[in-house]
Amino acid sequence: MIWVAIITASVGCYLLKLAGLSLPQSLLDRPDVQRVAALLPVALLAALVAVGTFADDGRLTIDARVAGVAAAVVALLLRAPFLVVIVVAAATTAILRAVT
Amino acid sequence: MGWPEERASVRRDALGIAAYAGAFGVSLGAIAVASGLTVMQTCLLSLAMFSGASQVAFVGVIGAGGSALAAIPATLLLGIRNTFYGIRLVQVLGVRGRRVAVAAQFVLDETAAMVIARDDEREQRYAFWFTGVLLFIVWNVGTMAGALGGSAIGDTAAFGLDAVVPAAFLALIWPRLDDATSRLVAIGGALVAITLVPLLPPGIPVLAAAPVAVVAGLWRREPRSTT
Repeated sequence: MIWVAIITASVGCYLLKLAGLSLPQSLLDRPDVQRVAALLPVALLAALVAVGTFADDGRLTIDARVAGVAAAVVALLLRAPFLVVIVVAAATTAILRAVT
Repeated sequence: MGWPEERASVRRDALGIAAYAGAFGVSLGAIAVASGLTVMQTCLLSLAMFSGASQVAFVGVIGAGGSALAAIPATLLLGIRNTFYGIRLVQVLGVRGRRVAVAAQFVLDETAAMVIARDDEREQRYAFWFTGVLLFIVWNVGTMAGALGGSAIGDTAAFGLDAVVPAAFLALIWPRLDDATSRLVAIGGALVAITLVPLLPPGIPVLAAAPVAVVAGLWRREPRSTT
């Protein structure tokens, strides 16, 4: 049964990925569709950022991750490159956890 | 920046993502085996499903003692956000026919983020394929290592890797937050998700941010010409 579930769920996930790429060109050419398409990743990824910062097992918490992401914001405001931003976030969170 | 430098910059960023994604792959592999999946099943899940959030959901249901079939809807629900990414990605990828079928497997949070972080279409395409293929390799090697090595692997939280995920996505959407509509959509999506975290199962709050983009996209008209 577990094999059936793995294969069914995997095929389903693949078809969901494929569906977005398979929208007809006539629809994609519409300006309103283009505006929504441009904003969708922004909304979803911003939600991922928020959940990744504050959610823990279905609850909202404030822990060392918040400090890490805050440090990342400072790095971004200072125009730090991507790798610096993520290392700053990891280091801030890890150091804070080590000392508390 | 010339094209070789731009490509090098894409590769650097993708390697950064691959580094922490690999660590999460190892951790997921170990959890999957501890939840009752075999090594083979864990590896097939990474190869065929290749979607971190969906795999975590699948393993979570099995680990909680749910039936294997009950894991299917939870997994698919989390896969829906990849459909939304696809609608954006298809506009830059310029793929047709058989290549669409290949590109589809690489539609992920990470590839979508790497694409929207960039403006130039050639760079966006390179970012999609390079990040997608690199993550596919690292993710599969990682989950296999985790499945085989089990509990020998340390806790990702100890290295602050759990803070890297939001920091990385924030860094990648940062260049897009240069206009008022995008900023409002980002803040709106984040608030909707945060509000729903205590009420809904993991993954659904993120998906609930999608209507914010739909409403904002249909609401805002192009700036009127002044002629």
